[in-house]
Amino acid sequence: MLKDEDRIFKNLYNDLGWNLDSSIKRGDWSDTDKIISKGKDWIIKELKDSELRGRGGAGFPTGLKLSFAPKEVGSRPHYLVINADESEPGTCKDRDILRFEPQKLIEGSLITSYAISAHTCYIYIRGEYFREGQRLQEAINQAYEKKLIGKNGSLWDLDIYIHYGAGAYICGEETALLESIEGKKGQPRLKPPFPALVGLYGCPTIVNNVETIAVVPTILKRGAKWFSSLGKPKNTGTKIFCISGNVNNPCNVEEEMGIPLKDLIEKHAGGVIGGWNNLQAVIPGGSSMPLLPKSICETITMDFDSLIKAKSGLGTAGIVVINKDQDIIKCMARIAKFYKHESCGQCTPCREGCGWMWRMLERMSEGESTYKEIDLLYDITKQIESHTICAFGEGSAWPVQGFLRHFRKEIEKRSHQEPLVKKKVNIPYLVDQHLLEKDNA
Amino acid sequence: MSIKSISKTQPEIFEFSKENLEKSKLEIKKYPKNKQASAVIALLYLAQKQNDNWIPLEATKYIAKLLSMPYIKVYEVATFYSMFNLSPVGKYFVQVCTTTPCMIRGAKKLTDICKRNISENQNKLSDNKLCSWTEVECLGACVNAPMMQINQDYFEDLDEKAAEEIIQKLLRDEFSKPGSARKRKSNAPEKEKTTLLQEKNA
Repeated sequence: MLKDEDRIFKNLYNDLGWNLDSSIKRGDWSDTDKIISKGKDWIIKELKDSELRGRGGAGFPTGLKLSFAPKEVGSRPHYLVINADESEPGTCKDRDILRFEPQKLIEGSLITSYAISAHTCYIYIRGEYFREGQRLQEAINQAYEKKLIGKNGSLWDLDIYIHYGAGAYICGEETALLESIEGKKGQPRLKPPFPALVGLYGCPTIVNNVETIAVVPTILKRGAKWFSSLGKPKNTGTKIFCISGNVNNPCNVEEEMGIPLKDLIEKHAGGVIGGWNNLQAVIPGGSSMPLLPKSICETITMDFDSLIKAKSGLGTAGIVVINKDQDIIKCMARIAKFYKHESCGQCTPCREGCGWMWRMLERMSEGESTYKEIDLLYDITKQIESHTICAFGEGSAWPVQGFLRHFRKEIEKRSHQEPLVKKKVNIPYLVDQHLLEKDNA
Repeated sequence: MSIKSISKTQPEIFEFSKENLEKSKLEIKKYPKNKQASAVIALLYLAQKQNDNWIPLEATKYIAKLLSMPYIKVYEVATFYSMFNLSPVGKYFVQVCTTTPCMIRGAKKLTDICKRNISENQNKLSDNKLCSWTEVECLGACVNAPMMQINQDYFEDLDEKAAEEIIQKLLRDEFSKPGSARKRKSNAPEKEKTTLLQEKNA
């Protein structure tokens, strides 16, 4: 288990106070000037050496991302945008950073802004987190008063603004988030061009998650070596895990990457309700990641690469534990309903497909489906996946695929209906015909 | 995408109060020159607050003029985002999270309580016109499930008894203290802390 002194977020449970004075006592804003004086290249190199990967879900190396920003500021200003639009079911880590460790985030945004030569930083908070936004605004005001940030600041000229969202999950996608800041509907943009070159208002923009930015100061202060000594190679450092669902002690906890899932549940969350044997499945990284059955949960470790090997993903590390008292098909149908509700409606496969998946899963949970529909459902997921502009398509299709992979028997047990069309009809697909033809050639 | 019902009865004029006009100028100042359209979400919030928690169409027209945007762009934004109410809601607007993490902790009990006490259907005002309720998607407090949001405050770690009490109070025009119903401290494990045991400010 990680030692307390190695934890980055010492005030995760608000034992020590969130305001500027108590944050300074914890070591925030110490040596910030020294870090800045070492230069941009040093900061980016140190972050690359620390092998920090983005904490927002995709796990993209942060140092590399920062290095994509143009070295010289041309006619267009640079922007830093921080993504606090946390709405992935199962995840509530950013909320605690906004509430209890706002100075870490502000210090991190100052250092990152300096590294990418940005003088303006927008923090996009979901509209529901109104109280958390107020708290952050207070913290920003305190930092302005002490001249830590602001124009003619002692370290680097930086203005931080809060921009509220208004209840759209899709605005957590980076280009949709930029559209939303520009005052449009939050519909993702086609990539390329990537935001690092053409982002907010057409200017170079770096978009990062709250947790990623908030760990930057500590990494630079304690050194890349310290950070990379924690966790596993390529999956270094610490991470806030949110453990919710059917556990005795649901909680947020900061732990080392690569900690066994069983340890997290048994040690920190007080075990599954009804004992470990009552475990049915675990969603390891927010609802977009395929769930894992009990057999895999016994041995799996929580890091990006080993979860990908298990055909799932770390995502945002929001762990949802489902025990045997729950109807797993209903749980899955509810997740599908979430995606149906949150699809932005831009790409047809996702807009229509998410609704189809939800309705089919609802029917399956009621036992009104046929055997054939199980394959049909799988087929729909395959036709949504990678046929959309943004990753929402994958995010909605993967959990259903994972569900079919591990719990097919559950559905089969319940699907007794006779098929409506008994004759076998071979309808060619409308999409991907070109790929089929290639195979035939 | 959710379906938005737009109120059939609309006020004839809408204008920001003096105070809100000042606030809207501050909001516009956050963004670079000629990018005032960015403030549209913030201004819609102001309009919603001023007009008893819902946005009349007149307000979208007013905001479009204020930000020199086409009206349809403001309308698009107002209909896209789920937090904008385009028809009247109660003074106390109860939003119950029913996504999977809350569902498996018993969110259905909360919706049943709302049905019993407030109104049979979502988005319908209670008999005394004070409350309305709706089901929403994940509100991002999964560790404190089940939970609901009333206006801007989170009510967490609810059970049937606590939720019933909160709703009953609302119907009597009283607002309970937000936060955990079990007096739990933020997101810390309830029974026994396993980490950050001896942390003190240096």
